[in-house]
Amino acid sequence: MIYWDLFLAFFIPNIIGYGGGPAIIPLIENEVVGHYGWMTSQQFAETLALGNTLPSPIATKMAGYIGYEVGGLGGSLVATFATVAPSLLLMLVALGTLYRYRESIKVKSMSQWVRPVIMVLMAYLTWSFLSEGAAGAGWLHTAIIGLASALLLWRFRCHPVWAVLLGLVYGGLLLG
Amino acid sequence: MASRSLTTQRQLFVAFLRIGLLGFGGGPSMIPLVRAEAVTRYSWMTDDDFGDVLAIGNTLPGPIATKMAGYIGYRVGGTLGCVNAVLAVILPCIVAMALLLGVFTRFRDQRWIQGMSEGVVPVVMIMMAQLTWDFFQKSRLALGWIATLVMGIVAGGLIYGLGVHPGLVIGALLIAALMRPEPKRKTPDAPPPETGS
Repeated sequence: MIYWDLFLAFFIPNIIGYGGGPAIIPLIENEVVGHYGWMTSQQFAETLALGNTLPSPIATKMAGYIGYEVGGLGGSLVATFATVAPSLLLMLVALGTLYRYRESIKVKSMSQWVRPVIMVLMAYLTWSFLSEGAAGAGWLHTAIIGLASALLLWRFRCHPVWAVLLGLVYGGLLLG
Repeated sequence: MASRSLTTQRQLFVAFLRIGLLGFGGGPSMIPLVRAEAVTRYSWMTDDDFGDVLAIGNTLPGPIATKMAGYIGYRVGGTLGCVNAVLAVILPCIVAMALLLGVFTRFRDQRWIQGMSEGVVPVVMIMMAQLTWDFFQKSRLALGWIATLVMGIVAGGLIYGLGVHPGLVIGALLIAALMRPEPKRKTPDAPPPETGS
């Protein structure tokens, strides 16, 4: 049942992904690429790159697009619903309770303890994009594009759009 | 009454459409935009209320922008307002993304498109490295770097060494956090204004 699979693939990352939108990226990759095999690692990277050039939260853009790829319009709706609805419903229903306990050490520990795990998942994803890049474009091109985009993003504090454009133009001209 | 609520729904839609279209940089970058619409422009809530809602939203998982949109929409315009605001904030960009990637996929056989698709992977790698570093920093500030590294290594060993699903590792940590005893019972009233990022 593709809709149920899609729902789970986006529900689980969003209900455990403490730390905002980007925290769920490696969790979604784990489901979409690792568990269900709906996309290759490179397709996932493309989706992430193009998603970063558009405004609005990355989590819903990923869900809407991957859902559409896997299950058409219905799939898109299911994946987006699984991303948005659970934590929103929790917020609407339990606002008072959450307000009372927001200083609680339990609630604080929940988001703090999850971070190192997300960090490791992200580090692993960084590594897999690196080896993916080396396998596709070769070590030299990967190093050049990587260094150039690191300069753009970290040194000159450019918007991600420019780094993605750089990768697209470089790839279109030199790797085609 | 009917026309008033229609106006409210239209205002909600326009406000969150604007937020969705201007919020480059993902969820957290949209927070000041949400504040500008909900507090400054339309006076749907006070600044204090906004801070409280943001703080509570931050204690829950999932993207912050849709939680804010849904909650403010519900408060201002009921269930319809909730659905309306969430759709306004996410729909335009999902459609734009589907179009962009649709064009990309259609010409996938072209060699230069294949090259573009390879050229973008190292860029995403750098973005992911940045996020990894951000999470390390946040975690180091909250837990210290020894605890961060130990927890990271143990989690990595479980997930990549033993093949445990990351959901189980995180789920176990969340349950452990909930079991944690409160150190001292403080009165929950008069909370200091605290807003996370």
